[in-house]
Amino acid sequence: MKYNPKIHEQLVNSDKIAEMHPYQDESTSQGLLEIMYKTEQLFKEISGLDRFSLHPGGGAHGIYTISSIIWAYHKSRGEEDKRNEIITTAFSHPADAAAPRVKGYKIRIIYPDENGYPDIEALKEAVSEHTSALFITNPEDTGIFNSKIAKFTKIVHDVGGFCAYDQANANGLLGITRAKEANFDLIFYNLHKTFSSPHGCGGPGAGIVGVTEKLAKFLPVPVVDYNKKNDNYFLDYNRPDSIGKVKDFYGVIPVILRAYAWIMSLGAEGLREVSNVAILNNNYAMKKILELRGASMAFPEHKCRIEQVRYSWQKLTEETGITTEDIQRRVFDFGTHYWTSHEPWLIPEPFTIEPSESYSKDDIDEFVAILGQIVKEAYESPEKVKNAPHKSSVHRISYDVLDAPSKWAITWRAYRKKYKGYFQHK
Amino acid sequence: MYKIGLIVNPIAGMGGRVGLKGTDGETILQKAKNLGAIALSPKRTSAALEILLAIKNNLKMITCPSDMGENEAVNCGFVPEIISGIRTEETTFKDTQKAACIMRDHSVDLLLFAGGDGTARDIYTSIGKTLPVIGIPTGVKIHSSVFASSPHKAGKLALLYLQKKLHKLKEVEVMDIDEQAFRNGIVKTMLFGYLKVPYERRYIQGGKLGSSPSDEIIQKAIAEDIIENMNNDFLYIIGPGTTTRAIMQRLHLNYTLLGVDAVYKKELIGLDLNESELLKLINKKKKVKLIITPIGGQGYIFGRGNQQLSPQVIWNVKRENIIIVATHNKIISLKRYSLLVDTGDLSLDRALGGYAQIVTNYHERTVYKVEF
Repeated sequence: MKYNPKIHEQLVNSDKIAEMHPYQDESTSQGLLEIMYKTEQLFKEISGLDRFSLHPGGGAHGIYTISSIIWAYHKSRGEEDKRNEIITTAFSHPADAAAPRVKGYKIRIIYPDENGYPDIEALKEAVSEHTSALFITNPEDTGIFNSKIAKFTKIVHDVGGFCAYDQANANGLLGITRAKEANFDLIFYNLHKTFSSPHGCGGPGAGIVGVTEKLAKFLPVPVVDYNKKNDNYFLDYNRPDSIGKVKDFYGVIPVILRAYAWIMSLGAEGLREVSNVAILNNNYAMKKILELRGASMAFPEHKCRIEQVRYSWQKLTEETGITTEDIQRRVFDFGTHYWTSHEPWLIPEPFTIEPSESYSKDDIDEFVAILGQIVKEAYESPEKVKNAPHKSSVHRISYDVLDAPSKWAITWRAYRKKYKGYFQHK
Repeated sequence: MYKIGLIVNPIAGMGGRVGLKGTDGETILQKAKNLGAIALSPKRTSAALEILLAIKNNLKMITCPSDMGENEAVNCGFVPEIISGIRTEETTFKDTQKAACIMRDHSVDLLLFAGGDGTARDIYTSIGKTLPVIGIPTGVKIHSSVFASSPHKAGKLALLYLQKKLHKLKEVEVMDIDEQAFRNGIVKTMLFGYLKVPYERRYIQGGKLGSSPSDEIIQKAIAEDIIENMNNDFLYIIGPGTTTRAIMQRLHLNYTLLGVDAVYKKELIGLDLNESELLKLINKKKKVKLIITPIGGQGYIFGRGNQQLSPQVIWNVKRENIIIVATHNKIISLKRYSLLVDTGDLSLDRALGGYAQIVTNYHERTVYKVEF
């Protein structure tokens, strides 16, 4: 979680925003429409792409929207059945595979090579006339920046596919590198990860989507446009090739407003400074963490990382029996956060630390000291770690339910289908 | 009253400390002793048994005499029932096998055994999947997933299972390597069969941690994908393994877990086929697909555990008709090493090398390197 300026909360809670109604006439909402329009202009500059939709309510939603846009493009050429494969990588976010699969795509996954980059030879093997697009993060969760990314996009473009940049987390890239220069056709940003909205606890978030001119006509409706002649902003629904609506109304306004305020308060130089500090913080934390007994990182030959690092407690686990999940539960006792890894766990006993730009040297030292204390306990009094958390009302949660699809009810509709009352099976 | 069987391989692990890569065979055992090897099993077994002291008063322990279990049990404070007919000195694998059969006849709820891959093989050979088992890792070679990730965790797992806090049983691979070849620098891991173990993600060796569904769920999804794409014009040869078995189960067909079966128009037309039977079928049907899964932990898709799929069979099937299925867990268990082929025909191995698309989930393929 980054620091999110409190003044932004005051902005979104002000009557001028909180009292607005989505059905009120455009003529009475010019101020907000202007903010939305200008937010889009800012992201066009940040990414280098040509148009944005602010609608998606989160990362997976953004990826699903991207999937729909690409599908609509191929459909417009009568190729939607032929172009039915999406390629992604094992270190990209799992939603890069999951969301297009919901759209109906078949998925091709690329594992990393021995150097920690996505295996480019595997990509060459994966592309074909069926390739619809590549969905990829860069840097991946290892924090290793793939400097050959332009080669990846070329391989996909050469077979007629698109390239979508998962920049859910842009903390290490602002003002340094852009999607356009790596020849990406689409992008999404999670405003709640980089642009001043609290991240976590299920939202609210926004996974805004950007595209090149070629794909702009497929964006969801409405988009906000400016009529120079009348000097007014308006919601444009007259877009016959649009994929339609992906969300009620126009996007998650409080999140968009916070992002606008954050970007405007920092300016172009400020954004670059954010990333420089995020990278510096990450590499400082990395050096300290690697001094801890039993800690290592994936692909250690890459000495510098961007905004995060995927570490491993494998050695500590072998020596003490304490796992990364045990450590995660113990970290909660210290009132802070710790994250293991996306699935699948390619790195044994993984943990991923991303300090972002918000934390001071003292903050990072304190966090590493907490890890150091837990490492000490792991070697000297492992039961203390094993039995953690000691200060939480919920102790441990069993994952076994994940093996019982008949019990899964992640939507209200599924719940009604499977349960007759308060978790009483039908 | 809970009933548990305990078998300790007293010599397991002795070869490791003195660099002998295993303790299978009397000559090697003697050599290990001459080199000053000490027994590791007692201490590690005790670490597991100590966890069970929590239910000591409700636990009936049946074990072998002397250092095959009695000593460890008594030292931990249990009063075990000792089975007869097992030697007390210079025991061999035959004693392990015999003891396992006796435990089965005593209808124990769970069999706890201490040893390595060789011991797991002996348990599998004697009782197969008739009893749930948990391995306490004390041996040199621990390739089989039947072992808990530590003696402590073996005890924890046993406790949870006996207390019925854990109900799920999982079939896991019994693997062993050819020790003689290993001493000469060649790793040849073989799949011998499957044992049933109580399963809890965090306790079993190589068991997946994290918060994704288990392999069983993913195997079903893979089977769904395969069946959806089945073409009635093709003969389907189904190789050994639990991943391929899920396809047969989904089709409601009989199968052999370690053998090679054949399916045509979604009906079983051959069970546990050998090379010549396979060749006959291939020649008859012409259009053939071969579905195989790598062996977990080492990645062989040909040349280990499925020798019926001879070079001639594979040449006849043709590379483009080979379908590889595996869960991500299995791929991860390769520790970023490639899939492997060792058919005995170098030109075939070369033809199979490169990249293959593995079916890893419903409508999902993972592009992965194959080497020889």
